[in-house]
Amino acid sequence: MAASPSASAKPFGGPLIRALDRGGVVFVLIVAAIGILVPLLNLLVPPSSPLHVPTYIVALWGKYACYALLALSIDLIWGYCGILSLGHGAFFSLGGYAMGMYLMRQIGPRGVYADPVLPDFMVFLNWKELPFFWWGFQSFPYALLMVLLVPGVLAFVFGWLAFRSRVTGVYLSIITQAMTFALMLAFFRNDFGFGGNNGLTDFKDILGFNVQAQGTRAALFALSCLALILGFVVCRWVVTSKFGKVLVAVRDAESRTRFLGYRVESYKLFVFVLSACMAGVAGALYVPQVGIINPSEFAPANSIEAVIWVAVGGRGTLTGAVLGAVLVNYAKTSFTSGMLAPYWLFLLGALFVLVTLLLPRGIVGTWRYWAAQQRERRAAQAAPMDHVPAPAPRPAE
Amino acid sequence: MVWLTVLALLSVQPPAGAAPFDDALAGFAADSFDDTDAAIAGVAASGHPRAAAVIDALREGSLAFSPSTKAVVIRDGANAPRDAVTGQPLAAAPADLATVRVNNRLRRAIDAAMGALTLMAPDAGQRMGAAQAVFRSRDANALPALDVALAKETDSRVRRMMSEARAAVQLYKSDASEADKLAAIDILRARGDREALALLANLPSGAPEAVIAARDSAATAINANLALWAAAQNAWYGLSLGSVLLLAAIGLAITFGVMGVINMAHGEMVMIGAYVTFVVQEVIRTSYPGLFDLSLLIALPLAFLTAGCIGVLIERGIIRFLYGRPLETLLATWGISLILQQAVRTMFGPTNREVGAPSWMSGSFELGQMTITYNRLWIVCFTLAVFVSLLAVLRLTRLGLEMRAVTQNRRMAASMGIRTARIDALTFGLGSGIAGIAGVALSQIDNVSPNLGQSYIIDSFLVVVFGGVGNLWGTLVGAFTLGIANKFLEPFAGAVLGKIFILVLIILFIQKRPRGLFALKGRAVEA
Repeated sequence: MAASPSASAKPFGGPLIRALDRGGVVFVLIVAAIGILVPLLNLLVPPSSPLHVPTYIVALWGKYACYALLALSIDLIWGYCGILSLGHGAFFSLGGYAMGMYLMRQIGPRGVYADPVLPDFMVFLNWKELPFFWWGFQSFPYALLMVLLVPGVLAFVFGWLAFRSRVTGVYLSIITQAMTFALMLAFFRNDFGFGGNNGLTDFKDILGFNVQAQGTRAALFALSCLALILGFVVCRWVVTSKFGKVLVAVRDAESRTRFLGYRVESYKLFVFVLSACMAGVAGALYVPQVGIINPSEFAPANSIEAVIWVAVGGRGTLTGAVLGAVLVNYAKTSFTSGMLAPYWLFLLGALFVLVTLLLPRGIVGTWRYWAAQQRERRAAQAAPMDHVPAPAPRPAE
Repeated sequence: MVWLTVLALLSVQPPAGAAPFDDALAGFAADSFDDTDAAIAGVAASGHPRAAAVIDALREGSLAFSPSTKAVVIRDGANAPRDAVTGQPLAAAPADLATVRVNNRLRRAIDAAMGALTLMAPDAGQRMGAAQAVFRSRDANALPALDVALAKETDSRVRRMMSEARAAVQLYKSDASEADKLAAIDILRARGDREALALLANLPSGAPEAVIAARDSAATAINANLALWAAAQNAWYGLSLGSVLLLAAIGLAITFGVMGVINMAHGEMVMIGAYVTFVVQEVIRTSYPGLFDLSLLIALPLAFLTAGCIGVLIERGIIRFLYGRPLETLLATWGISLILQQAVRTMFGPTNREVGAPSWMSGSFELGQMTITYNRLWIVCFTLAVFVSLLAVLRLTRLGLEMRAVTQNRRMAASMGIRTARIDALTFGLGSGIAGIAGVALSQIDNVSPNLGQSYIIDSFLVVVFGGVGNLWGTLVGAFTLGIANKFLEPFAGAVLGKIFILVLIILFIQKRPRGLFALKGRAVEA
């Protein structure tokens, strides 16, 4: 990037400031405000007060924050690099399983079978010792490392194979879907060593705090918001850098970018791995808040649903992905908990169809498009027509 | 020794007359074990059609006699006793009925008599059953009866079973000669199935060297034979699975291949076809029960039309606005699949619906050591028929010609006057219709529930991608390769691991050949 005087004076702050435009700052401030206010209103305001936020709302919105981070990770690769992954739920779940394994090891002798080392399901299966892939998960830093490493390595291997042989478009979508399907089948097996059908659950505490306690839930909520802000800043930083410009070039004209001398595979691979790590973190924050992780999280349908959040909000906008995730999931909660439960799938299906047909830019994308057109019109009125305004860029496939 | 008595009498072959039977029957009324024993032998030897019923009644403890009139009757629960000779209910039952008593010696005699009677039974099925029972029990006592029955047997299958039973007995009989045992091993070797193998493997120790050697070579031969049959059976299962995959994927191959449209709602078309079958069968059950065997034939065109019309509607209503945007087509059709699933769930309920099998599709037959069920056989034939007719449509009809033209070069085809939009709609309708008739077939082997389609969609896509897009032969080879590979992996890896292994293999394969096995060759660089 061009080194401006301020950037050379503040080597890290420069790109960071550039990464956050006005909309970005507003977004960060809103998420930060929610991340601070909601836990405070939950913990400090007495339940009788109208300002009190009930604990279940904290848990629910904590879940939305994790979904939003997942949506962000999908938007990064789909909106900016044109990679439609229908298997991002796999990275999300793997992060979740890594965290779940730490939480399982924390149960210790408090399980039903009171085995000091083995989780209950292993005792039940008559296993004598801990399988090697469970080693080290009693340590929180190790578990955190795995939360990033497992999805990251899988994405690296998968992406390296796929991008190198130029598997693109719908073919890539189909094999990512096959990947998450294969993982789902594997995790459903008891002898795979991750609790089979039932998954991992009955968590007791995290870092010594009870996972059920109000304070822990509030802290997890704040952490999820923090992770969302960090994820957003990282994504903004990536997409506003020169690297990000190449990504968009790959999205819009892959072959031309390659002919210009860029190693398209490396760009795709890096952003795919980064996205997988973000999805892993989202999964890791999700598991202690919902209290369970099981193989159905790998279901291909979940991954496709996450894609529609991004499409609703607007791909290639980042804030749109977050907005879409929260909106769709809020709608899902309101629908499935009431009389309208049987109609949720109609609505979700209609959402898929209508958004792709009528709102291909998504909510935020459409809004930005209108705003840009308004500005242009005003500029055109103010200045004489001596130049033709460039057409607004449209997200390509 | 009872056997000998029975056999002595059997071999005499008394004419099937009333006199010996009546005389023997009188022995039951004497109320002494010796007389009863003689009576059993007599009745068994009489060849009378009621003999088996009388011996059976004796075993059940329902044979009784009247000490005063010496009449022998069969008690029949609460009903009036029956006359032992005629089997007719007695108008006036004797007041002083006493049960014919049996002891252990007599029980053995009864069993032997029953065995001999069934080995000689007029019905071939019964004789077969008796021979199989001897084969399993390897009861040396049955040997003489078996010999007699064997000499008289005319049905070749029963005869073979009897000689096998005899071989089993000989092999385990401690005092059988070495030559007998070697002959027995030869017979069992010819039988060549698991039961024969088990008999050979459990041969009692202390047998002569030659017998052991013959046993070992026979066991090896049987094992090799069984392995061959097991492979054949696996290949058949694979063929059957492959035909199911082909059936589910073939419609997809058309829409994906010709139009480049990823139709995620394809599985739902299969499901709709299955539900059409269900509705047709319901109508037939309530209104025209006689037509039940034809229900699938009636359902086929209806399923094709229903799914095809829905397909055309989807293409005209949604997909045509999304051409050139395959990823968005994928999302939109996924949405359609959710809507269709939920619609079916609302109409028919979330539970599995019962679809019956017509009589010509139920049951199975044995081919050597293989079991082949008729429904699988029909599905394989049906799939091939669908494949061939689809090929014919593509090759021989005007629609097929235009479809191929559009596949190869859309713009050129349009310039030649082909209405590509109409071809697109018809192609999509054809692909969906084929999915619909696939649903009719799959309703016979899978649960008909709103989730039916979901379980096929990923597999179908993998078949199409593996085989190569835009090439029906590729889809055929892809489906059968995946089906057979899956079934051959299952014995080693288990069903789930085998499936995972296949998925991983396909993912790796696509890296190697991103356009599938039989890719259409083109010179254009992709966008």
